Amino acid sequence: MRRKVNVFPYIPHTEQEVQEMLKVIGFESIEDLYRDVPMTVRRLNLPKGLDEFTVTRMVKQLSEKNVVVEKEKVFAGAGIYVHHIPYVVKSIVSRPEFVTAYTPYQAEVSQGTLQALFEYQTMICELTGMEVANSSMYDGASALAEAVLMAHRINGRTKVLMSEAVHPEYVQTCKTYARGFDLQFVSIAVDENGSTDLKLLANFIDAESCAVVVQQPNFFGIIEDLRRVREVAKDLVLIVVAEPISLSLLEPPGSFGADIVVGDGQPLGIPPNFGGPTVGFFATLEKYVRKMPGRIIGQTKDAEGKTGYVMILQTREQHIRRGKATSNICTNHALMALTNAVYMSLMGPEGLREIAERSYANAHYLAQRLEEKGFKLKFKGPFFNEFVFVVPEDYERLWRELFNEGFLAPLPLAWFDERYRGLALACATEVNTKESIERLLDAMERGLK
Amino acid sequence: MKKFAKTHEWVKVDGKLAVVGISNHAQEKLGDVVYVDLPQVGKVVKKGEVFMSVESVKAASDIYAPVSGKIVEVNEKLSNQPELINKDAEGEGWLVKIEMTNPDELSDLLDEEAYRRFCEEEG
Amino acid sequence: MTIFEKSVKGRKGFKLPEGSVSFEGKDLPDHLIRTRKLALPELSELDVVRHYTELASKNYSVDKGFYPLGSCTMKYNPKLNEFLASLEGFTEIHPYQPVETVQGALQLMYELKEALCEITGMDEISLQPAAGAHGELTGMLIVRAYHLSRNDTKRNVALVPDSAHGTNPASAAMAGFEVVELKSTKDGLLDVEELKKHLNDRVAVLMLTNPNTLGLFEKDILEIAKLVHEAGALLYYDGANLNAIMGRFRPGDMGFDVVHLNLHKTFSTPHGMGGPGSGPVGVKQFLARFLPVPLVRKSKDGSYYLDYDLPESIGRMRSFYGNFSVLVKAYAYILTMGEDGLKRASEMAVLNANYLRKLLSKYFKVASERTCMHEFVVDGSEFVKKTGVRILDVAKRLLDYGVHAPTVYFPLIVHEAMMIEPTETESKQTLDQFAEIMGKIVDEAINNPDLVKSAPHNTPVKRLDDVTATKNPIYRYQ
Repeated sequence: MRRKVNVFPYIPHTEQEVQEMLKVIGFESIEDLYRDVPMTVRRLNLPKGLDEFTVTRMVKQLSEKNVVVEKEKVFAGAGIYVHHIPYVVKSIVSRPEFVTAYTPYQAEVSQGTLQALFEYQTMICELTGMEVANSSMYDGASALAEAVLMAHRINGRTKVLMSEAVHPEYVQTCKTYARGFDLQFVSIAVDENGSTDLKLLANFIDAESCAVVVQQPNFFGIIEDLRRVREVAKDLVLIVVAEPISLSLLEPPGSFGADIVVGDGQPLGIPPNFGGPTVGFFATLEKYVRKMPGRIIGQTKDAEGKTGYVMILQTREQHIRRGKATSNICTNHALMALTNAVYMSLMGPEGLREIAERSYANAHYLAQRLEEKGFKLKFKGPFFNEFVFVVPEDYERLWRELFNEGFLAPLPLAWFDERYRGLALACATEVNTKESIERLLDAMERGLK
Repeated sequence: MKKFAKTHEWVKVDGKLAVVGISNHAQEKLGDVVYVDLPQVGKVVKKGEVFMSVESVKAASDIYAPVSGKIVEVNEKLSNQPELINKDAEGEGWLVKIEMTNPDELSDLLDEEAYRRFCEEEG
Repeated sequence: MTIFEKSVKGRKGFKLPEGSVSFEGKDLPDHLIRTRKLALPELSELDVVRHYTELASKNYSVDKGFYPLGSCTMKYNPKLNEFLASLEGFTEIHPYQPVETVQGALQLMYELKEALCEITGMDEISLQPAAGAHGELTGMLIVRAYHLSRNDTKRNVALVPDSAHGTNPASAAMAGFEVVELKSTKDGLLDVEELKKHLNDRVAVLMLTNPNTLGLFEKDILEIAKLVHEAGALLYYDGANLNAIMGRFRPGDMGFDVVHLNLHKTFSTPHGMGGPGSGPVGVKQFLARFLPVPLVRKSKDGSYYLDYDLPESIGRMRSFYGNFSVLVKAYAYILTMGEDGLKRASEMAVLNANYLRKLLSKYFKVASERTCMHEFVVDGSEFVKKTGVRILDVAKRLLDYGVHAPTVYFPLIVHEAMMIEPTETESKQTLDQFAEIMGKIVDEAINNPDLVKSAPHNTPVKRLDDVTATKNPIYRYQ
């Protein structure tokens, strides 16, 4: 009878090696290694390890229990957007030299990482029109929260004027982060155009006001007039949450004098991923750089005069400043930032612009056709690729029926806030087509009968 | 005549003003200074409290006020030439001038010889 | 050469399908349309592939070689898990799909959560935090919420050992706590007498990792937990070093109330040049109501759902539910290793560390005489005095030998420190080779110190000037 050899995945030690090593250490058994631990061993109540083929079968089964909607039938956004992602993006970012590399603390053997992130920082500056960007945060929501904390560091004041049209999950995240500080949040409603009511904003600004936060395009899809926002915001820190694809078509917040620009890079080459990991970008003006959180890559020379890259201004960070750091962030989303950079490199300015224009065109076609079918748009303002329209009371029932027909239809806004009952948020990108739009409308008409 | 704090700042009295900097010993330990976070003129400081910081690439050193008073002048040159602290920490690399509110506090500080011994003991 | 310098106007790297609707943009106000130049590179697909291939070739990685970074747990990242995380049923689902249509994803998250509860001895877990530090902040906010819920408003102090990782005091400060540092014993352990002196009704929490950052098990942990709880405070566990005890001991059994995990350390998910990771937070039942929303739950009929009904929750730490792709990898890893594999992994991690420690004690003073766990710290101060060569130089010279340097200058309580964590996926040969290389470098430091002081010599770039880089920063390509 053959003796069964116990195989532990990824662990190379043979029994003989274990014995040899114990001997060198001067111990008899593995238990001796734990002599100093005054606790009894407790075996885990988990199944024993499995082979690769069984694990694959089990996990695949789980993935197949999820319904994947065909791309052109997705008409929902609200922070996660479906775009075409060229296969080569995945191919490049899957390289083990990127995936299994560590944080670039030893710069001389991390020039791939450092240069890629330096280039990413540059691209974010170009997109946003700002002077300096960090090498990523976790997502748009936490990036915004950190921006709010940074604004507080800049002027010491405590009132944050947040447009109602900032993504609700982003607002919630800000409020959670603010629990450690004495910050107040005031919500500024939108007007009938769907953009932030600037008269209202002006009224709320007082001596304790710290920052103004608007989203561009905003949560309702409306394009904010950043020139006017900047005027009204006076000397407050102006934080803009921006959608990156739209920045190729719209004048970026940097041109209007924004102080901090943040957002989520998911539309730049990252699939929906069930909401994560995505990536937060964070850009600001040079005069504020020492107050900015996150890792920053800078250019330098080596001992022979060759150009190279290193992490700079590390004295802001936790590993040096500890309790006085600008943020506690350590691990970031570098691999996702790389994904953004690769995608932007493939698309170029013309490609991004084309995607933005198609997204805009498809959304406007959808809006026009909905209006022709008797649906009314809620807001009068200009929109990019998302818009809000009025729906019947029982829209949620219709929405589920549409899902059964394979559509991820415009989202019922009641899910985000009861005040928005009777409204839906539609989205279109370059992946939708005239045909898929017509089929959606067709299904909606049938469902309503 | 210079006096020193155990937190490695030096003080040179000039009438009612105390010129303050970090000791040569401190700059050696800090390494190449890359940035000086100068405080605002007019800031009121209390003896023993942190009132500014000096940064190298790998460290940020908090600077403690050796005496109480009001900051009347800061060494603006350090904004563009932080390396002055490495070159001449106890001279050209001075940090701030404080108008003292309680000159008696100087008696708590160490003289040059006592400071030198203190540094040796610190190891 | 940067990617921008390779750009050629008019080059395109992609082709979209034929558009069916044309763009007019009539309702866009003129002053809002972009006129500012967007200087992104214009390249062909091959240009892009070659550029990033070249960058990749300049990177060290786990796949390439040994990465003994202390407290980072640079173990092998299984390729299977990369494949499983990329399955379409996981990558193409939108977070706002109805829960009935993503039952596979929710089931995975639920089962992962249950497994992590079992591994840590905690009662409930949130998978939301994106990283360890994010988890620490979450944990600290939970501590704060707990005390406030009992109208105990005085507890503003967080106690943190001076050996702690920088994220501990940083997270505590971000949660609004005043951080008080506790001096360790000369052995690098928590000084119980020091702790007693600092415990009072103003202390909210003590943050610890066990084993600590010197790789030593806090043998007084049960007494420490008792003292902390008697003083009305909570005990927080930094899970960065879980790889030492996984499958054998559990923080929940030691008295910890709040725990965070680093899936990108202990659970083999890749580091990706600095992220993304995942930092789940576990709590004992009495704190569960403060966890971030939503939580993944299982209903009586066996279906899974997202529970937003936590009125005392601290709120959201980020958008959506967590770093889902990372969770898939950790889930697959736990299935693969199982109860027996996880225990074996931590045992081999501890064996490897003690073995390497023994080999290196020939060349360096080890910071503690005690048996270490999965990592150990070397005190290079005598070496530096004897040779005039700094630990930084040794780290740079290691790069010439094709090995990544261990963590240097941390923990702060050891001078000229090198913190070394081999992990269980390294073989005896790798450890023998590493020790041999260290021996060679020590020799060089004695006989040819300039060679070490001017290292590295064989890397894509030589030693980089980070002084000028910080003094005159260049943040972007112009």
